[in-house]
Amino acid sequence: MIHEMKRDLVIIGGGPAGLSAAAAARQAGCDDVLLIERDRILGGILNQCIHDGFGLHRYGEALTGPEYAQRHIDEINELDIETLMGTIVLSMDRERNLTVSSRKGYTRIQAGAVVLAMGCRERTAGAISLPGTRPSGIYTAGAAQNFINLQNIMVGRRAVILGSGDIGLIMARRMTLEGAKVEAVFEILPYASGLPRNIQQCLNDYDIPLHLGTSVIEVHGKDRLTGVTVAEINNFKPLPGTERFVPCDTLLLSVGLIPENELSSEASVRLETRTSGAFVDDTFMTSVPGVFSCGNVLHVHDLVDHVSEEASLAGQFACRYLEGDISSEPRPIEIAPNDGVRYVLPQQASGESDFTLSLRVTEPFRNRAVWVRDGDRKVARKKLVRLHPAEMIRVKIRKDKLENAKKLEVSVE
Amino acid sequence: MTAYDVLIIGAGVVGNAIARELSRYRLKVGVLEKELDVGMGTSSRNSGVLHSGIHYTPGTLRARLNVQGNEMMKGLCRDLKVKIDYIGKLTVAQDQVDIETLEALKTQGEINGVPGLEIIDRDKMEQIQPGVGGIRALFSPTTGIICPYGLTIALADNAHENGARFHLGAKVTGISKTETCFKVKTDESGSFESKLLINAAGLYSDAVCRMLGLGEYTIYPCRGEYLILDKRLNGSLKVLVYPAPRKGGAGLGIHLTNTVDGNILIGPSNEYVDRADDYACTADVIDQLKREGRELLPAISTSDFIRGFSGLRPKQTPPEIKGFKEFVIENRKDIPGFINLVGIESPGLTCSPAIALMVRDMVGEALPLKEKDHFVAERNGFPGLFHDLPEEEKADLVAQDPDYGEIVCRCEHITKREILNAIENPLGSKTLAGIKYRARAMMGRCQGGFCMPRIVQILEQDYGYRPEDYRLYSSNSYLFTGRVR
Ligand SMILES: Cc1cc2nc3c(=O)[nH]c(=O)nc-3n(C[C@H](O)[C@H](O)[C@H](O)COP(=O)(O)OP(=O)(O)OC[C@H]3O[C@@H](n4cnc5c(N)ncnc54)[C@H](O)[C@@H]3O)c2cc1C
Ligand SMILES: Cc1cc2nc3c(=O)[nH]c(=O)nc-3n(C[C@H](O)[C@H](O)[C@H](O)COP(=O)(O)OP(=O)(O)OC[C@H]3O[C@@H](n4cnc5c(N)ncnc54)[C@H](O)[C@@H]3O)c2cc1C
Repeated sequence: MIHEMKRDLVIIGGGPAGLSAAAAARQAGCDDVLLIERDRILGGILNQCIHDGFGLHRYGEALTGPEYAQRHIDEINELDIETLMGTIVLSMDRERNLTVSSRKGYTRIQAGAVVLAMGCRERTAGAISLPGTRPSGIYTAGAAQNFINLQNIMVGRRAVILGSGDIGLIMARRMTLEGAKVEAVFEILPYASGLPRNIQQCLNDYDIPLHLGTSVIEVHGKDRLTGVTVAEINNFKPLPGTERFVPCDTLLLSVGLIPENELSSEASVRLETRTSGAFVDDTFMTSVPGVFSCGNVLHVHDLVDHVSEEASLAGQFACRYLEGDISSEPRPIEIAPNDGVRYVLPQQASGESDFTLSLRVTEPFRNRAVWVRDGDRKVARKKLVRLHPAEMIRVKIRKDKLENAKKLEVSVE
Repeated sequence: MTAYDVLIIGAGVVGNAIARELSRYRLKVGVLEKELDVGMGTSSRNSGVLHSGIHYTPGTLRARLNVQGNEMMKGLCRDLKVKIDYIGKLTVAQDQVDIETLEALKTQGEINGVPGLEIIDRDKMEQIQPGVGGIRALFSPTTGIICPYGLTIALADNAHENGARFHLGAKVTGISKTETCFKVKTDESGSFESKLLINAAGLYSDAVCRMLGLGEYTIYPCRGEYLILDKRLNGSLKVLVYPAPRKGGAGLGIHLTNTVDGNILIGPSNEYVDRADDYACTADVIDQLKREGRELLPAISTSDFIRGFSGLRPKQTPPEIKGFKEFVIENRKDIPGFINLVGIESPGLTCSPAIALMVRDMVGEALPLKEKDHFVAERNGFPGLFHDLPEEEKADLVAQDPDYGEIVCRCEHITKREILNAIENPLGSKTLAGIKYRARAMMGRCQGGFCMPRIVQILEQDYGYRPEDYRLYSSNSYLFTGRVR
């Protein structure tokens, strides 16, 4: 038998995004909020991030991931928000009918509004078509983090890290602290993709070399990994003569995160190729009326503080949508990236209220400004000393600058 | 020392099909497999196509066994609950010369006994596969797709249930022949005796021959690499589409093949290698597959490649000669009791049930074939795939067994019950790869990033695994080095 249920607001995912959205929606006046999390505990990816550095912006102190999550969980409990844990949303359609599964059974839920907060997953060896054999000892950095931090299991003794994403950097330090030898971090791009702070604290402080413009070109080992061949990369091809063999028993991959939008696609939510996340307006509503998106499922964040902030807004807007306060008409203003900008969010705005743009640059810059223009008209400008693809940049947009605006273009100049 | 009536070396699809066939009779049947699970060789590393039999010269073993195997597979897969789908195939002509090739293929297929062949025009082609190129096509309705490792495992499970014994991790290192029996030595599993000995060792069948002093066979491994595409593209291909073979073309060329689970394979490449265990994927071929794959299916995007793998064809012809040589399936008169199978390359998967019948008859020449009273043809204890059931039925199953409600693999929605079933497999395989091939966990787009930590946890909590106990597939492919200090 399949149970049936009707709820005002359903939030999918109990990481910091889902938790913040739930709390904010309740505080904004929505009484009927249901939060669904497939794991047995709330907190999302934060549970395995036992290092500190979370919450500097939001709480002014350096918390560990679980501590940061706990603050959100306490809030949820104080607000008495209903949560279903160990429950996975299996499917969702355009009319916001969800099917969920748990040990208790199958339930169909018809939701008045939905907040998508499913987080992201890691790119794998297969996804980057890593040449060579298929031995054991190759892990995504996040999976290794799970084994080490949540299960007390050590994945290897001598590691190479491919990709300089934050999780890889954190894991370089973690492996070292656990007595493993980390040979090096190899990054195919000419700059690191993780935060400068993590390069300093996780690599430099432990004398772990970072080789830029270099990648693993072959994996060796029939049973367990025995080593990797690395080479300098020029125009996506190995530079002849630069190949060398690095012996190791473990290869950790930190080669990118992909928003988990399978459910969104199923519900025909329009996705953006640049972010792999939903196309949203300044209320975080997607192309499907009543469906909102925030956190890592919308775009991959570097700071959890920003996730919480963004998700709070999404939760509030979802609540206002349920009150009939937000229309699902297309918004008049389009927002698009231009020179030097990889992506910008939201992609549409109504122009009726202030909002914040989130964006990432295409490559590192120094002493430049982010310009937001409507044709020739300046809408906003933010001067920055250091602009780095690893760091999300946020720019406030004031509604009084948006009169008759049609298309905002965002560039680095 | 364990004594058998029939001992089979190699638990690939061929060895297992033979074991299953022989398990109908009152014989003591044993199977020796060097790997820690069945089907870790060629049988899990191929296109998974059930060929129709149009491509093989009439009168050859390959032609006969292919048509017979294809026909037998229907009932076999029903009994064994193996995924199979006779989706059909279009062999496409681009010009007049190709059309003549199609005519010849059709005639050849008909002589081989392939049913339902038809040369069709553009309209009909378009109906069968919208958007397909070419001017004419040969449609073969009996071409299908099958889960190759699913079949290999199912045959073994069923043989096991009917009394055949599988010795995993038993690598045959030496064989001696006495008046009455064969004495077979393994590296770590002791010695075995058997009246009859069957060589189904695939890529190592020549090595097994040499153990008996037969030097006439040499296997030349020829690698075929593949890329697996994301399920997002499921539905792009309704049938299999191959170009008409051209003179000088090697094999069937690189093409797209749908799998029974809704992925698409690009491949296989064709390259001789030195070692029969060289399953590497190479940068150049990966690039080539991506390029040619995109030409065949422009909708493929960079994020659609989820994994690569390779298989090795056990060829009897060296690189200088290429081409094919007839399967060797012989009852050696010079070594009485030795049944020898060499060079079972494509379409060996399709042929496997028919090969088993042929070998059974050879066994029957030496030993009486008395049927058992209680042969179980259907695979028990395997409920089929939960995922494919209608939602209502799934909900009912969850009510009976909450482990069906807990999703462990998010990409393929594999439940904890299915993981537990895979862990408790009848053959006693204990590797992570064994769980993967049985439950399909770790095979989706995140490649185990999500579910592997959960499966490791289940093995620790419910089965008492220590960190040192986990293996990916072989005894040296350990996953962990110990506890965090
Ligand atoms: C390894 C790592 C290290 C980091 N380090 C830092 C740091 O040092 N400092 C910092 O500020 N930020 C850091 N971050 C960033 C920050 O933690 C993340 O951006 C933030 O956790 C994202 O929150 P989220 O809620 O969007 O996603 P998640 O935390 O991933 O939560 C998503 C939740 O949704 C659930 N879910 C998904 N699909 C379904 C479904 N179908 N049904 C039910 N539930 C579902 C998941 O189980 C998960 O719990 C780090 C991130 C990672 C991954
Ligand atoms: C790239 C490729 C694509 C193919 N595509 C298709 C297709 O689409 N359709 C089709 O019908 N066929 C196809 N085939 C052919 C098919 O896969 C094979 O014919 C079939 O799998 C052979 O099965 P097998 O049992 O003989 O060999 P294997 O599966 O290799 O089994 C042999 C077993 O013997 C074991 N063994 C070896 N030596 C020893 C020893 N000393 N002691 C103990 N055990 C030992 C091995 O470990 C192995 O498990 C393809 C093959 C390849 C390579």
